[in-house]
Amino acid sequence: MDAAGEDAAKFPAIEFRSVSYQAPAGPRILDGISFSVARGETVVLLGRSGAGKTTALKLINRLIAPTAGSVVVGGRSTTEWDPIALRRSIGYVIQDSGLFPHYNVEQNIAVVPNLEHWPRQRTVSRVAELMEVVGLDRSSLAFRYPHQLSGGQRQRVGVARALAADPEILLMDEPFGALDPITRSELQDEFLRLQQRLRKTVVMVTHDLREGLLLGSRLALFEAGRLAGAFSKDEFARSNDKTVQQYISPFRHQAAL
Amino acid sequence: MLNFFYRNRGQILTLTWEHLWLVGVAMLIAILVGVPLGILVSRRAWLRKPVLGSTNVLQTIPSLALFGFLLPAPWLGERADRLAIVALVFYALLPIVRNTYTGILGIDPAVRESAIGMGMTDRDLLLRIELPLSAPFIVAGIRIATVTAVGVATIAAAIGAGGLGELIFRGVAMVNDQLILAGAVPAALLALFADLALGFAEKRLRTPR
Repeated sequence: MDAAGEDAAKFPAIEFRSVSYQAPAGPRILDGISFSVARGETVVLLGRSGAGKTTALKLINRLIAPTAGSVVVGGRSTTEWDPIALRRSIGYVIQDSGLFPHYNVEQNIAVVPNLEHWPRQRTVSRVAELMEVVGLDRSSLAFRYPHQLSGGQRQRVGVARALAADPEILLMDEPFGALDPITRSELQDEFLRLQQRLRKTVVMVTHDLREGLLLGSRLALFEAGRLAGAFSKDEFARSNDKTVQQYISPFRHQAAL
Repeated sequence: MLNFFYRNRGQILTLTWEHLWLVGVAMLIAILVGVPLGILVSRRAWLRKPVLGSTNVLQTIPSLALFGFLLPAPWLGERADRLAIVALVFYALLPIVRNTYTGILGIDPAVRESAIGMGMTDRDLLLRIELPLSAPFIVAGIRIATVTAVGVATIAAAIGAGGLGELIFRGVAMVNDQLILAGAVPAALLALFADLALGFAEKRLRTPR
């Protein structure tokens, strides 16, 4: 490991310390999860539906708080952060983008700058910059409403919106899940290109192994609320871990077809 | 007929004005109470049953009986118009409260989740997302309540609160169709007008999807 890598490992951007989460009067969803995310890396959370991936993601921006253990973001436990400040410093992209239907593209991207009371001119130029970054034509799209956009365009707006206040961390919950295969692979390529340039700390949930291998620098596999492990891509593919192999096998089968 | 209206235009106008005033003041109060109550109910699930239940019961009381019940109340009984307004507010609450909270609860959970995830405070969420998106529902509730109030307000004349009901009651007592119509036609027009205007507002506020 080189010096920069060591440094990043010493001060992880996000760290899960024996985190458990149980919904109020509900089942235990996460059980003793520990892993860390270094600055600038993309960690992909894999697993079946209900394995706890999305719950883990929501613990990072404190949409929920752990019932045991702690999630440390930027050196502080999320329960010590002011939740509003924490969330504004983290970009958040969800599956059907969660765009506000009564805001046009420009207004949607400007949500966090407006919450932070940026001067108008700064917001306007930031929105213009971001639309270019995510490949949206400003002159034709800035004043359209979400229902007038294609699925791919909506997702681009979602990404631009998450990047607006230039957060260090980006959380993505199946960001490309609802897209057709062609649009999906286009957006995946663009994500890679973008990530090369921006070097954000990204935590992404997906249940598509191929997407995970393509976009992630490391993969964390969840199984029934436990973490089977966090692996580099090579480790993951070669792992003898039973849970990993079980998870991979249907994809192997699919690839063989 | 028109001749009759023309001859009594002074009185019809005065009574129409009274009618409008009763309904207008009552609706203003009902909105100021009902919308916040609906917001509260959307945030506190345990309040849903008691609040909706009691506003529902209020609505089932026949209007004439409600006016009668309120008559002996200390401060209310002093002035008939005061009493009429309170009764009208009672009737208007249910549709406003119910529509406010259904409108808020009907918002796409993904929208609410991303709003909170982006760091909106509860106040931001309410003012920037929930109220604008539920506005058409809230206006629909106000519309139903207003149209009902215009009708119910005619009965307020029975306790001497004035309004167009006076002509109707007098007409019934005197078996005078023209007099009844002189009260009923303007009342119906008022209701129709309120319905159209608020229906238009509702349409304008609707977010295209």
